[in-house]
Amino acid sequence: MMDYIIGHYNYWIAIFLMMVGFYIVISRGNLVKKIIGLNIFQVSVFLLYITMSTVKDGAAPIITEGVKLYSNPLPHVLILTAIVVGVATTALALALVIRIKEAYGTIEEDEIHEQDHSL
Amino acid sequence: MIVKHLSLLLVMLPLAAAPIVAVLPRGRLPWVVGLIVASSCAILASTQLSMVLQSGVISYELGGWAPPWGIEYRIDAVNAFFALLVSIIAAITLPYALLSVEKEIPEHQIPLFYSAFLLCFAGLLGITQTGDIFNVFVFLEISSLSSYALISLGKQRQALTSAYQYLIMGTIGATFYLIGVGLLYSQTGTLNMADMAALLPQVTELRTVHTGFAFILIGIALKLALFPLHLWLPNAYTYAPTVVTVFLAATATKVAVYVMLRILFTIFPDGFVASTPTGDLFILLGITGIIVASIYAIYQTDIKRLLAYSSVAQIGYMVLGIGFASATGLMASMIHLFNHALMKGALFMAVGAIIYRLGICRMDNIQGLGKQMPWTFAAITIAGLSLVGVPGTAGFISKWYLVSAALEQQAWVSVAAILIGSLLAVVYIGKIIESLYFKPVSETNTTVKEAPLFLLLPTWVLVVANIYFGLNTELTVGVAEHAAQVMGVVAK
Repeated sequence: MMDYIIGHYNYWIAIFLMMVGFYIVISRGNLVKKIIGLNIFQVSVFLLYITMSTVKDGAAPIITEGVKLYSNPLPHVLILTAIVVGVATTALALALVIRIKEAYGTIEEDEIHEQDHSL
Repeated sequence: MIVKHLSLLLVMLPLAAAPIVAVLPRGRLPWVVGLIVASSCAILASTQLSMVLQSGVISYELGGWAPPWGIEYRIDAVNAFFALLVSIIAAITLPYALLSVEKEIPEHQIPLFYSAFLLCFAGLLGITQTGDIFNVFVFLEISSLSSYALISLGKQRQALTSAYQYLIMGTIGATFYLIGVGLLYSQTGTLNMADMAALLPQVTELRTVHTGFAFILIGIALKLALFPLHLWLPNAYTYAPTVVTVFLAATATKVAVYVMLRILFTIFPDGFVASTPTGDLFILLGITGIIVASIYAIYQTDIKRLLAYSSVAQIGYMVLGIGFASATGLMASMIHLFNHALMKGALFMAVGAIIYRLGICRMDNIQGLGKQMPWTFAAITIAGLSLVGVPGTAGFISKWYLVSAALEQQAWVSVAAILIGSLLAVVYIGKIIESLYFKPVSETNTTVKEAPLFLLLPTWVLVVANIYFGLNTELTVGVAEHAAQVMGVVAK
């Protein structure tokens, strides 16, 4: 049992980060903090992919003499794409937050809500 | 040459045109380029559909890498049908866009607007074309990111907050999908849909596969705005520029439904989905969505928001059809999503015509305008009747197939829900018509004229299509039947 828990430690880290990120997105009212939560959430998925790509006793996937067993490089490539997507999302979200700050003078969700409903 | 690379061209054309359009000078040139691209895509997509119907599946290897290692575009009747739907709607929306965009978007942003529009279009086409499950994620994000930007261009400041809200929910949905794909990849070692479908039967017992399935389902459900995950949709549709609302309402959720169909019927083996509570869940959420969203729609005063809630209800019908997991149910879903694209496209365009004249479209502002804008009013009436499902309109055909699918399984509650949903649609469409026609004109509006021809023509193309596909069902029903066969759904 202990071996099972310790042996899968990187999965536990991924799940922990996933929950932390998701919780921040849901619970925080500050728009920038929400984006931070979203980033943590996405990064946990990147870790999950990288973890899956590891082959036991496998070397880094670079062709070297005398090495027979390599880790799977494909998830790394997929995650490179996903990182780009994540960066684009973050950039767009931050741009929106700047525009929201200009339009409302605040980035707190409840205050924005109040302003929209008092009109 | 063109025929050989047709499937790729369909995606590459808008994708390559997008950055070019962004740097074009202000004026009407960006619009012209966009229109040319969208119309060529519509021609390519219809060629593709006829090729697939005649000679079967097209397999295109991207960069010459053989599947399952390389990315494969695998076009069967279902892909071709959705690609055609997306590109035809784009080709009809763009002529409409010219005046509407000039009115609603600041001049210096117009080239960027068309650039984002083409990116969104390319992303949606990409989803329909690709046969690679990770590639779907990439295109999903291309289309979503550009649609967040498009929505935020709305005139009111609420457009910004609704775009932000959509961004957060959309990204969570896409990330859930990514987790699911990762878990499936870890068990099958492949990302190619066809290959995965061949390998999955050996591992369906594993809990990882079940978890992956659940993650993908929730992720896509967020994207298609399945009740109760629809919270982003009413705001996004209400505050987005009209053209964006027309395009997204008619295509974005439909493409998400397509991904759902692929996951449920192509990738996962027969029996797997039946062994999970997916079908019952879809029927339950479909019914609740139809009733609750329709009631919400009745109480709206902003007409765009009313139609947005109605869209959530219509998605309920599509999901209901999927939930039956029968050939008729699947056909009903596919027919309804095609017809719904026609009617919601027409309705949002007509509402956009009123917005073009008035700047807003609320129940109390539009009173009596029906007499001053007779063509717009007639368009709303006919498309509205189609939404209700009156015989002779496209909406009737989809309701007919849905009810038959429900009767086949003796699902009386579903039958009742479909009928109640139609009655509620009568109420909310009736409210718009009452306000437009039977109320006296307010003094400020006595000088309002009919919308310009450029807005009316595309609207009426869709309105006529609503009647045409209500009388001639050869294309919709034929393709849906073919698609149900391709998906391998057996009649129960």
